[in-house]
Amino acid sequence: MNKKVFDKLNGNTLLLVITICLFFFMYIIGCIVYSGKGFTHLQTFLNLLITNAGLICVASGMTCVMLCGGIDISVGSLVAMDCMILAYGMGKLNLPCIPLILMILVIGLVFGAVQGFLIGYMKIQPFIITMAGMFFARGMTAVICTDQISITETTNKLFYAWANFKIQLPAFLGYVNKKGKLQVPFIRISVIIALLVVAATFFLLKYTKFGRSLYAVGGNQTSAAMMGLDTRKIKMKAYILSSFLCSIGGICYCLNTMSGSVQQASGFEMDAIASSVIGGTLLTGGVGNVIGSFFGVMITGTITTLVNTNGKLLSSWANIATAALLCFFIILQSVFAYVKNRSK
Amino acid sequence: MSGKIKALTKNQLFLPFAMMVLVLLINLIKSPDFFAINIQNGVLYGRLIDILNRGSEIAILAVGQTLVVAVSAGTDISVGSVMSLTACGTCMLLAGYGVNSTTTLAVPLVVGLLFGLILAMCCGAFNGFLVSKLNIQPMVATLILFTAARAIGLLLCNNQITYIRYEPYKYFGNFIPGCPVPTAIFITIVVVAVVMLFLKKTAMGLYIQSVGINKKAARISGLNSSNICFMCYLICGLCAGIAGIVASSRIYSADSNNIGRNYELDSILAVALGGNSLGGGRFNMAGSIIGAYTIQAITVTLLAMGVSTDQAPVVKAIIVVLIVTAQAPAFKAFLAERKAKKLVQVNETQNKEAA
Amino acid sequence: MINNVLIEMRDITKTFPGVVALDHAQLTIRKGEIHALMGENGAGKSTIIKCLTGVYERDSGEVHMEGVEGNIYNHSTMDAQNIGIATVYQEVNLCPNLSVAENLFIGREPKTKLGTVDWKTMNRKAKKIMDDLEIPIDVTKTLDNYSLAIQQMIAIARAVDMDCRVLILDEPTSSLDDNEVEKLFKLMTDLKNKGVGILFVTHFLEQVYAVCDRITVMRNGTFVGDYSVQELPRVKLVAAMLGKDFDDLAAIKAEGHSSFSDEVVVEAEELSHKGTIKPFNFKIHKGEVVGVTGLLGSGRSEMVRCIYGADKPTGGKLSMHGKELKAKAPIDSIRAGMGYLPDDRKADGCIGDLSVRENIILALQARNGMFKRIPIKEQNRIADEFIKMLQIKTASRETPINQLSGGNQQKVILARWLCTHPDFLILDEPTRGIDIGTKTEFQKLVLEFAKQGMSVIFISSEIEEMIRTCTRMCVMRDGQKVGEISSEEGAMTQQAVMGAIAGGEK
Repeated sequence: MNKKVFDKLNGNTLLLVITICLFFFMYIIGCIVYSGKGFTHLQTFLNLLITNAGLICVASGMTCVMLCGGIDISVGSLVAMDCMILAYGMGKLNLPCIPLILMILVIGLVFGAVQGFLIGYMKIQPFIITMAGMFFARGMTAVICTDQISITETTNKLFYAWANFKIQLPAFLGYVNKKGKLQVPFIRISVIIALLVVAATFFLLKYTKFGRSLYAVGGNQTSAAMMGLDTRKIKMKAYILSSFLCSIGGICYCLNTMSGSVQQASGFEMDAIASSVIGGTLLTGGVGNVIGSFFGVMITGTITTLVNTNGKLLSSWANIATAALLCFFIILQSVFAYVKNRSK
Repeated sequence: MSGKIKALTKNQLFLPFAMMVLVLLINLIKSPDFFAINIQNGVLYGRLIDILNRGSEIAILAVGQTLVVAVSAGTDISVGSVMSLTACGTCMLLAGYGVNSTTTLAVPLVVGLLFGLILAMCCGAFNGFLVSKLNIQPMVATLILFTAARAIGLLLCNNQITYIRYEPYKYFGNFIPGCPVPTAIFITIVVVAVVMLFLKKTAMGLYIQSVGINKKAARISGLNSSNICFMCYLICGLCAGIAGIVASSRIYSADSNNIGRNYELDSILAVALGGNSLGGGRFNMAGSIIGAYTIQAITVTLLAMGVSTDQAPVVKAIIVVLIVTAQAPAFKAFLAERKAKKLVQVNETQNKEAA
Repeated sequence: MINNVLIEMRDITKTFPGVVALDHAQLTIRKGEIHALMGENGAGKSTIIKCLTGVYERDSGEVHMEGVEGNIYNHSTMDAQNIGIATVYQEVNLCPNLSVAENLFIGREPKTKLGTVDWKTMNRKAKKIMDDLEIPIDVTKTLDNYSLAIQQMIAIARAVDMDCRVLILDEPTSSLDDNEVEKLFKLMTDLKNKGVGILFVTHFLEQVYAVCDRITVMRNGTFVGDYSVQELPRVKLVAAMLGKDFDDLAAIKAEGHSSFSDEVVVEAEELSHKGTIKPFNFKIHKGEVVGVTGLLGSGRSEMVRCIYGADKPTGGKLSMHGKELKAKAPIDSIRAGMGYLPDDRKADGCIGDLSVRENIILALQARNGMFKRIPIKEQNRIADEFIKMLQIKTASRETPINQLSGGNQQKVILARWLCTHPDFLILDEPTRGIDIGTKTEFQKLVLEFAKQGMSVIFISSEIEEMIRTCTRMCVMRDGQKVGEISSEEGAMTQQAVMGAIAGGEK
């Protein structure tokens, strides 16, 4: 029995396990070192989810694209554009929020379809096309408005209410603060959305024909075509999915920041890629898992929280730590690949 | 005659070149004084000079990027960050750690510049090591420094902008007194010439392409694939360093957050616009350089037309899509098919008429 | 008979830029037959298959299939599969990152009631398929855990399980050992009895006569004839393929055993590579042709890779011309005067997009070093010389090598080594996947080299071929050198070699 378990733990699953273990390890270290600064409270953990809800959605989409051997670096700009549309629509034009949200989702689909068509059917390198997408979305954000616009209670009540809605967890999970008041831990709507996205993506990748074809295309595109899969369509769908999830991520992100500005969410694409890589997704495609990417986001988030909690460290240390971690995981992956080749 | 035209349009350099000419033409129509070059305060002024001058960094980066793309079928996305790190390293050493503005140098200028270039080469070596020795996909490997280099630069400068108010330091990005041509143009020419000569006079070009196309076969044939790959990354790092110093010299400071921002994208774009496949293998350096100046020409044109810096990317994006689509084999095949169908139809109608 | 026709392809024409690949070719496959498609490399076998399976679209011609209305146009392999045409290619076209079960079922996964992939059923069915083929493997493991041969069998199993009416096997046996070939033949016979039409492409004549019913011969993109096996003995088949009276392979036998000097060129003492090959001794004289034989995976390729330094030896000593040679990388061996033609020409030989000229001078340039670039005039001269000498069929010396046919690519790689003027040349399966005409040429060339004083190691799967060319044969089994057979006293016969390869009791 033991051997069977070990057999199942091949390089790729092992990486996932390491990622998850590392997350908890880091978090526990944080709890011990910063116990006086509220790190042990459940709320700190929940805040991690709240701040990173948008990134989780984006990383899920990124994972799908990376699985089929592509890359989508337009996501950060797309998030910025989504936020700007929401903020401008509600803040300046006083439009209701539900049509705006629907519009954003449609924009996501169209955006993805155009990119996917050019990549899948025109066979242009994904990096170039999504880079163009990145320029386009960022530029459009500036075309819509170059100011920073905030969404306040006066501009849109409903959206404001959503953003501030606390979903309270059972009271016994809370703690009593110094003033003797019970602090009940809570999460926000965006967290629910993000978790749903992760669950849906996981299901999609594991249990649907489309999900499995993504792995096939990423594993060996020629073979996938020979086995009768329409690789062009699959690729196009992957990019549509990515941009769609990205739009959902944009809404989550906006629920957190409640504003839109040109430079928002810059570097998001690289965060998403880094998270996916830390979570065990290979850029060459075919190997990876959305659960891994989720924990990848959590790890990068924890690093930032740790640096922020310290207070004295420069914020660049968070970047350096993420890079070091990335380096660690990349080398680990290559060691596994090496061992696998040797044992054959 | 038509055969010659066909050969011309088939040339890899045709499209990038035509693109460049088109951009310039649009400018000419918009403002007839576009090509006007005059001398003010003893230095050259004019849009063309501006394009050549401002395009230097992209062109220098494109040189290194082309080699990296050719040898490893991947891109070095850390070049922008490495530029920033080089600038910070140089300025930090020149000003002394923690000093945020200085008029006298703490160390000789050459030492500072060398230090910056060595830093850049270290970055290149790090990337090269990961890619060539550990066989990590280039984009992932360079993602590490993409994230870290800028942050390290910020640490070197103690989280502030370090100003070097020392005249000779401004020379690289501006003008050497008495010379009307911007120094950056000379630097670009030197970098391009050295690399071109290196490729032409040695077998490096053949080596790089062989490794880029089939690493295993190249090794069996006696090439040291990983060393060649490593060398390309090293050169790319050095190019990024040179570009970083030029960029820093322009503003005589090390603005860690802004130097080289998005330059990695521009440099990759330059390679692609030059008609080079990002899938590695065969490459054409001249194409990349034309591509680099095309990008700069577009940017300058847009600014001249009053499009703000923030909005300019929209146009850039549309142009990129148009160019790469026109170059895409799938699109060409589609056009060829349509042409063939039309021919068949014409033939059929002719046949019918004949009958 | 005519009623039995399953697929009929008529007047198929296909042109690529500059080349007419198929010129009014035809092919007929009947129900319940194994049909061999024979022809030299470049005869258009692959092209006609690809036109049928939808990889290429034909320029003109008709394709009819029983039970399908009208002229068939397949635009993708999917179209072909939908009407029951399944293909297994020489290169395994499966996804290494997916499990065996998924590879069997991708694109047609069993579904649960909710429309999701039913993993349990899939694994169960997959297990049954593999058990039926007597290949006991864990179907939940990813494909890259298994050998190439097993992957090939999985690919065939996939095609078979898709209820195909026509099964196309494009050189499926080139990576299988005898045992596996036998399994495959059994499978093919079973299918044939069920009424499936099988199109079988192979270079091994014995295999054609072992299982096939009919043979279609193609040459230079045209149809030569459709024969039953009985009416076409080997000699006639070969003649049909080459389009000329074939001077029998045996003709070169006489030249084979020329004398050689006593000067030892390369000597290996207890050389080994951890994990692939156990310590072995080896010696080769000037002007000698030595064969290395053994089953696939017996370590014959690994042995020469170890000598050449493609895999760095982990133990033992190698000396060349009496001096110890410690090769860290292939370049050191090249400098010492070695050359190595690898068995996997696609992966280890050709530099795809580079021109014939660049491919030829590559090793010479590598030996000269980066800073001593060969002048372009000299490059052209060398390239032209070898194109002429080896009769490489190419449009020009600047044609990219991947536009050449397999045999010509092999010649280019050979030229790459010849222009370095090696003292010692290793040829690992130079004749695999090459038509008979080129095979004889290669054998003649090898003997020619030996005459000029070059020492050659020659590896081939075909024992006959080696008996003809080699003076001595090393026999490999399970990563170990188990013996040598010398041509003296007429000891080198097919039976003797077979016995030594198989091992065990005499």
